[in-house]
Amino acid sequence: MVDITTELSGIKLTNPVLPASGTFGYGKEYWDLYDLDILGSISFKGTTVEERYGNELPRIAECPSGMINSVGLQNPGMHEVIEKELPELREHFHKPLVANISGFSIPEYVQLAEAMSEVPEVGILEVNVSCPNVHGGGMAFGTSAENVAAVTREVKKVAKKPVYIKLSPNVTDIVSIAKAAEEAGADGLALINTLLGMRIDIRRRQPVIKNKMGGFSGPAIFPVAVRMVYQVSHAVKLPVIGMGGVSTAKDVIEMMMAGASAVEVGAANLVNPYVCRDIIEDLPEVCAELGIERLRDIIGCVE
Amino acid sequence: MKDVEFKVLSNEMIAQDIFRMTLDGDTSDITKPGQFVEIKIPGRYLRRPISVCDWSEGKLTLIYKVVGEGTEDLSFMEPGEYLTALTGLGNGYDLRNIQKNPVIAGGGVGVPPMYALAKALKQQGITPYVALGFNSKDDVFYEQEFRALGVPVNVATVDGSHGAKGFVTDIFGDHHDYAFACGPEPMLKAVYNSVKDGQFSFEARMGCGFGACMGCSKKTKHGFKRVCKDGPIFTWEEIVW
Repeated sequence: MVDITTELSGIKLTNPVLPASGTFGYGKEYWDLYDLDILGSISFKGTTVEERYGNELPRIAECPSGMINSVGLQNPGMHEVIEKELPELREHFHKPLVANISGFSIPEYVQLAEAMSEVPEVGILEVNVSCPNVHGGGMAFGTSAENVAAVTREVKKVAKKPVYIKLSPNVTDIVSIAKAAEEAGADGLALINTLLGMRIDIRRRQPVIKNKMGGFSGPAIFPVAVRMVYQVSHAVKLPVIGMGGVSTAKDVIEMMMAGASAVEVGAANLVNPYVCRDIIEDLPEVCAELGIERLRDIIGCVE
Repeated sequence: MKDVEFKVLSNEMIAQDIFRMTLDGDTSDITKPGQFVEIKIPGRYLRRPISVCDWSEGKLTLIYKVVGEGTEDLSFMEPGEYLTALTGLGNGYDLRNIQKNPVIAGGGVGVPPMYALAKALKQQGITPYVALGFNSKDDVFYEQEFRALGVPVNVATVDGSHGAKGFVTDIFGDHHDYAFACGPEPMLKAVYNSVKDGQFSFEARMGCGFGACMGCSKKTKHGFKRVCKDGPIFTWEEIVW
């Protein structure tokens, strides 16, 4: 019997697989498809203080082995999420949640962290300082070590849950940003967010996406994600949630060998809505084939 | 929603860049005309949304236009090959409380879902007036198939090379009360402006097709809605242009 359990900051997960923020809404589109309680946790849709429509359409572009999105953090705002979305999700998922929060200023991050700390179902705060699709927030924070440190420090002052900083890959040196978050008191890190990308419709001579650029995700970015998880997890002492193009049980194992304690699955949910269930079902067998008895023993095993 | 494996029965060109594909597989999740399926095309990442032209138990008919690399791949599929599709997506047309003389307005690649709609209305004892619009005679398809349903059909082409010269709205005649429409957005808007009520099918680039990714949101009078999940059919009353 293979042990596929893992742990994030003292929170025990029955398996390392979490749907990634922005690909799973607040669970509603999936709970009729399979039993959500099989998931390790769920990182719910990036939530902001106020309701947001997001960017103009088109927001989606096809890419080789991936996609670009420029949704722009469309969400109903934190009050609606806490009062309506999370109580509905509670009926279908009974484990600690990962609350993905996104601010446009440090006081907003603080406000979100305070509010989400009071939600009993929330186990971890995933602080998104890396959304490439909004102006004046998101990635504007995540690409500067000083700003990441400042957000982390202020959020930590009010947070009553472990604080994981979600890092942007759109930087020269992700390790220095990761270290800045660690020094500022982060409890963990989540990486990577999407890579800034662009497609052009060569017939119309225009960007495919209205916002011109967007976040590139999918299997195409998996090697970049593995590399960054490897670099970061070997440079800091914090637990890392690894993500970026993960689509199979083998990808989960590779990400954990690189140093991830848990793994988020993003774009793959949009192509195969059953993918998280499939990965969780496949994991024990793939572990057995590889001679893995306890999945958490392989975390960061690659030197 | 159901993920279904289909066997390709036929896949043939019926007009310029327009292909009709018939498939064998489970259609039990398709419940209303105006719904769509999301096809997984080997070698392409995102699924492609294609409206349902017609369906019966175990058989699905799709009509699609080759507009890019994904649909081009689809056009090369041969009978006997298999593909998977998420079925039963979208709200579909609401056929309750429909007045006596609705017009069905289909433009270009917006024509296919109107076939199953016309059929369903006819079964309900309502004879719709069908107005089809295309750019040119080489683009025209399904005129005879609609006629075979026993409904009045009129065709307009922009260049006048087949049927009346002009747009679908030029051939509405006296039918200005209630419209079912599917086609490019300028056409939808023209139809919207020439009738008093109706249901309009919108198109969008989609991520997932089942409401999870917020890739195809649309502003309506009742807040933000998803074209894939809350639509693709929106009512006259709720549309914001």
